Amino acid sequence: MRGVLTRLVSAALVVWAAATCAFLVLQLIPGDPVYAVVGSDALVSEEQHERIRAEYGLDQPLVVQYLSYVARLATFRFGDSYQLQQPVATVLADQLWPTVQLALAATVLAPILAVLVAVATSGRRHWPRRVAAAVELVVVSTPSFWLGIMLLTIFSFRLGWLPVSETGGVASLVLPTITLALPIAAVLTQVMREGLLAALDQPFAVTARARGVPETAVRYRHALRHSALPALTMAGWFTGTLLGGAVIVENVFARPGIGRVTLQAVGDRDLPVVQGVVALSAVVFVAVSVLVDVLYAVVDPRLRRRTGVQAI
Amino acid sequence: MSLVEAVDLDVRFAAGRVHAVRGASLRLAAGRCLALVGESGSGKSALARSLLGLAGPTATVTAAELRVAGEDARTFGPREWRRVRGRHVGLVSQDALVALDPLRPIGAEITESLLAHRTVPRSRARERVVDLLTRVGVPDPEERARQYVHQLSGGLRQRALIASAIAAEPGILIADEPTTALDAAVQARVLALLAELKEQGTGLLLISHDLAVVEALADEVAVMRHGVIVETGPTERVLEEPRHPYTKELLAAVPGSRPRTGRGRPPEGAPLLDVTGVVKRFAGRTAVAGVGFTLRPGETLGLVGESGSGKTTLARVVLGMARPDEGTVLLDGEPWSGVPERARRTRRHTIQLVPQDPLSAVDPRWPVSRIVGEALAATGVPRAERADRTVVLLDRVGLTADLLGRRPAALSGGQRQRVAVARALATRPRLLVCDEPVSALDVSVQAQVLDLLRRLQEELGLATLFISHDLAVVREVCDRVMVMKDGVVVESGPVEEVFAGPVHPYTKSLLDAVPRRARAAREPAQERL
Repeated sequence: MRGVLTRLVSAALVVWAAATCAFLVLQLIPGDPVYAVVGSDALVSEEQHERIRAEYGLDQPLVVQYLSYVARLATFRFGDSYQLQQPVATVLADQLWPTVQLALAATVLAPILAVLVAVATSGRRHWPRRVAAAVELVVVSTPSFWLGIMLLTIFSFRLGWLPVSETGGVASLVLPTITLALPIAAVLTQVMREGLLAALDQPFAVTARARGVPETAVRYRHALRHSALPALTMAGWFTGTLLGGAVIVENVFARPGIGRVTLQAVGDRDLPVVQGVVALSAVVFVAVSVLVDVLYAVVDPRLRRRTGVQAI
Repeated sequence: MSLVEAVDLDVRFAAGRVHAVRGASLRLAAGRCLALVGESGSGKSALARSLLGLAGPTATVTAAELRVAGEDARTFGPREWRRVRGRHVGLVSQDALVALDPLRPIGAEITESLLAHRTVPRSRARERVVDLLTRVGVPDPEERARQYVHQLSGGLRQRALIASAIAAEPGILIADEPTTALDAAVQARVLALLAELKEQGTGLLLISHDLAVVEALADEVAVMRHGVIVETGPTERVLEEPRHPYTKELLAAVPGSRPRTGRGRPPEGAPLLDVTGVVKRFAGRTAVAGVGFTLRPGETLGLVGESGSGKTTLARVVLGMARPDEGTVLLDGEPWSGVPERARRTRRHTIQLVPQDPLSAVDPRWPVSRIVGEALAATGVPRAERADRTVVLLDRVGLTADLLGRRPAALSGGQRQRVAVARALATRPRLLVCDEPVSALDVSVQAQVLDLLRRLQEELGLATLFISHDLAVVREVCDRVMVMKDGVVVESGPVEEVFAGPVHPYTKSLLDAVPRRARAAREPAQERL
């Protein structure tokens, strides 16, 4: 019970810190937010200008703006978008589902790829490992927009197998998912392979082999679970890459979603939307870290509640 | 009929550059136990693993003959080896904590052995696991099967490991140092289990550096050195009338077979260390519950007890690493416990620790010169003098100056422990706390390190708190002994008196648990029974 309470408090702190950072950073961007509301080319009279400032609370001192921002955040009111003239909550809710689809698909695909490649290349022969390591390095070093464009060029334009942009069907999700998942899978593979090789050197792997268990089963049944532990520590990075990757992938593939909204909002200085996205990301991070803690205990019984050593 | 037979077997590693086993021949038969004896690096394990086809991916095994389960194993591919492993030859390794998968319940580990050879249909596997656990003497088998290795005590773990090794009913069991990580009493019980399996017809290949264990179990002994079996014969004959000089050397080094040096009477003078009524609790558990003793200069006090008895906690209190919840420690008549660290730091050099495993107690990236030099620096020896002083210290512990640039990994176990002793001596201590200082070492090296500690003690008049679970070692070097159980000293006194006539039942059980060879040393009159 106390653990849950501590969790909630620290989660609130994380969200607050992220929101504060976002608020401060956005203040550093030069330019008048009024133009974000009316559009940068519009001519506004002094009087209209003042009215808009008052309407959005921009005439208040920074501290007051900050406090009212935090107060709104605490009551889950993110205000209205400057640009879209609708509540931020509505904007995000509308765009959430496509991004969630994309992120979930990548979250499923990346670990599957990583497990398959890591298991297949952790054998005694060295050359598959070298080839895989080289490919992983290339994938990790490739910017994902370029990866997306290459995939589009080959599979959509040249071969015509898959749609170029969002059509609502599953087919249109394939290329964006691959683009998002590949770099993640490449890093995960490297971590998991290291973990597998280390686990295969452990005495329990020798014991398993001495039982007559085939080498592949030793890897799947024993070593894989051990390699999941270092992979789990990558969860924070994984989440960050998913969110950042979504911005790029959604733009390259012209998909609707949070990533696209974010890019647009930053470009337009649409502060309420940006702040909403930041708060949402912080919540996602907190949720992921809770999930990872649970997964740790699922994977490693030694991390479950201490049961103490029993007497003989 | 022999179940495993090897003639002229060679194991080479790293493309032939390392010749680990040379021309070894052995036969394993049902209901018989062959012991392979030798020091670490002698090739015992490589030989044993090669009988399972598990000598390692870089190993090349050649033999004039190698028959496993009636077939020519020289022609075996991975598939044939898999058929043999677990089904005809099982393996029990050292330290079940790492030899069983820590992430899976022990029941799953045993089930894996059962299903690997389809000796039991999946539907009956659960039932079989319970049978096996019962057979190896694990209480509450249903519940234990669902538990993980870390939830079991050392003895139960080792039993679970044995259960998983015998699950597919192999005719031969290779037991590689099966009791090394265990306390004396637990060790005796695991040995009894192995003896029982032998009675029931399992052939054993026992690998051990502990001759006492070998004597308790083996029918035949093969002594290995540098990859060669130098002597082989019936256990009785080899241990009583060794022929090869190396075997004689090994036997002479066994603790308990050597003369005692403890004096049994306290030396004169004021106590250097005075511990009264020390209590130490950890989160609701009392590790040390009211212990008091004194230690005079030049005296060696043995501290005996099983793991969890509070020995190490007491040592930490003496070292000033843990603050006692009650009681006091006086060092040289002045308060030592409960004093602010600032006031204690100038006196810290008086007490030094000799650790159990020097490899983990030194920075693996530091050369010897820096390891010892750091300790010298801590007592204010100017940089310019440190190199010379280090050489003197190394000389004192029987090492030469050419080791100065070596890193710990490039030293042998004995050399490492000597470096650890040199580091302890660097601060000119008056009291050494030795925490299982030789339990990680081979017997002959053990003997050398014990000799060294003894010599230093005489030369420097050091007081020593000697913690060990090995009663034979304690008997050899200590003047007095304290037996601890559950945080309390249950018996103490001069070593001869306690060992000859233990009063407390726990001390008796500890002494009874020691295998015969060491026990014989306790009461020489019984030796030839």
